[in-house]
Amino acid sequence: MAQQEIEVVAGSARSAMRSRGTVVVSGLASDAHTWNLVYLQLVIEELGYHVVNLGPCVPDDMLVDECRRIDPVLVALGSVNGHGCTDGLRVVARLRDCAELAATPMVIGGKLTVSDEDPGRHAQELLGAGFDAVFPDQVSGTAEFAAFVASLPTAPRGALCVGRTE
Amino acid sequence: MTALVPSRPCHTQPGFGAFVRARADAGALVVQPRMGFSDPTQMRAGLAATKAARAHTSGTLTLDSYTRVGDLASAEHALRENLPLNGYPIASHPDSTTRAVLAGVRDTGFPVQVRHGSSLPRHIFSKLITLGLDATEGGPVSYCLPYGRTPLAESIAAWRQCTELFSHLRDLGAEPHLETFGGCMMGQLCPPSQLVALSVLEALFFRAYGCRSISVSYAQQTHAGQDTEAVFALRRLCEALLPDVDWHTVVYTYMGAYPVTEAGAYQLLGHATQLALRTGAERLIVKTVAESRRIPTVAENVAALEYAARTAEACPTTARDPGTDSQTYAEALALIDGVLNLHSDPARALLLAFERGYLDIPYCVHPDNRGRTRSRLDEEGRLCWAETGALPLAHLVRTGRRHEVTAAGLLADLSYVRRKFDRDARADRAAAAVAGSDPR
Repeated sequence: MAQQEIEVVAGSARSAMRSRGTVVVSGLASDAHTWNLVYLQLVIEELGYHVVNLGPCVPDDMLVDECRRIDPVLVALGSVNGHGCTDGLRVVARLRDCAELAATPMVIGGKLTVSDEDPGRHAQELLGAGFDAVFPDQVSGTAEFAAFVASLPTAPRGALCVGRTE
Repeated sequence: MTALVPSRPCHTQPGFGAFVRARADAGALVVQPRMGFSDPTQMRAGLAATKAARAHTSGTLTLDSYTRVGDLASAEHALRENLPLNGYPIASHPDSTTRAVLAGVRDTGFPVQVRHGSSLPRHIFSKLITLGLDATEGGPVSYCLPYGRTPLAESIAAWRQCTELFSHLRDLGAEPHLETFGGCMMGQLCPPSQLVALSVLEALFFRAYGCRSISVSYAQQTHAGQDTEAVFALRRLCEALLPDVDWHTVVYTYMGAYPVTEAGAYQLLGHATQLALRTGAERLIVKTVAESRRIPTVAENVAALEYAARTAEACPTTARDPGTDSQTYAEALALIDGVLNLHSDPARALLLAFERGYLDIPYCVHPDNRGRTRSRLDEEGRLCWAETGALPLAHLVRTGRRHEVTAAGLLADLSYVRRKFDRDARADRAAAAVAGSDPR
């Protein structure tokens, strides 16, 4: 299916900038929140990447299909409804099962559980399941996330504005 | 869908709309929480506590998010495994259970509205009709674009069919009531004129497919004066466009990032109550002190309902629409005109409007939203257009120099209300402490 790519950034200066690669931003299947994803998109764009924002309530199948199609330099999942841990564990296994996504950097962050107890344990579980970094809202902020993104290798595919064109 | 057995009773039972109308005629503001629990006993207790609150209340039965997205297998699994859900799974509990939850609580003096958030709500409406529940809310646009990826055309088709079926409850002696959610799009940062236009357009959609008892929503935004203009505009447009409908206005307490301090939270609720009073709105949806952190308890909801009721009683205000064409009214009228001129059928008109960008929700990432509009707050906290895209507002709005949206700027706008009300609350407390420490 054709993915309409919404450009949040209206300014022409930024879109003309050399892109460091394409990042997929997405919500999880049961989470209807949008503002966290819009903010995440802007943060990542300001770090020099092109962003495809799949929006809220993205079914697992669609997330897998879109990531395979786009072949992003990073998959960033955001969640605030408290089901992030459950939904994230399930979908990261599906993503890692795809050979072409086996080494793609993947992160998750936000309000990941319904209670505030022991974010460390949940983070360990998510890391064990295949995420490269976890950013629970109680213990991490934009700075930690930005530092992680800055540590990514620059556009490994060497293109100026990446994203596989169909 | 459930087949209805038509029968023609000789009189119609008063429904949700008639209840609110009667209270308004008596000078009372109806207040309502947002509340839903998966456990039937807890759900019943929540409704009973709402009913018993010292306020003119209507009840709410909010459904869980699995039922909302039509994933009934997950809702049923959760019930079997005793896992808590974030609402009442009306399609998964036996009908007898739901009837028992409502028996003796829901009556002509305490109507109950079902709230869900579903873009494809056939399974929910089917259940409402089976159970004889005659009040719900939503809309083909407002329950679709912000919450997922259902194509708008599919949502519009489903909502049309559901509105038609629901309206047949009249044949069974009920007066089915639908509330538009269009006045609450995205919770925050949608300019008031577009909220008003969407609310009116969804009301026209409901009317076109048979509904005759409707409420139109508007969610409090960032500036009291602008909100007042908006609710007056909404009412004036409904007067003109819904002559054969029994309609009322419902104001929603702020739906964006909520103040974290208790004083700030109550002050914002107080402002929403004042907005309803000053504009003649008949009903108010409250928010609680817990809003910024978690799902509120029943007690917190009751406290919010009673706070709003006390505020309403303390300031009997007569609403007086200045009757002048405010900027919000002019923009809303231009948007509605632009859409209605696209097609005589409101369903077709709505679809064409989004295709052409005559309606375009700022920051909404749904594939059927053009995404060419932007909003921002001005120096006084008014919610303005930064980019109008293809909206038919060129003659009314000057966006001036291009505003580049930054992450920090967006975050500042999203948290403006929280910061303002928390800061005021802290300043009040500091002033009280200084006054208290004064030896004189």
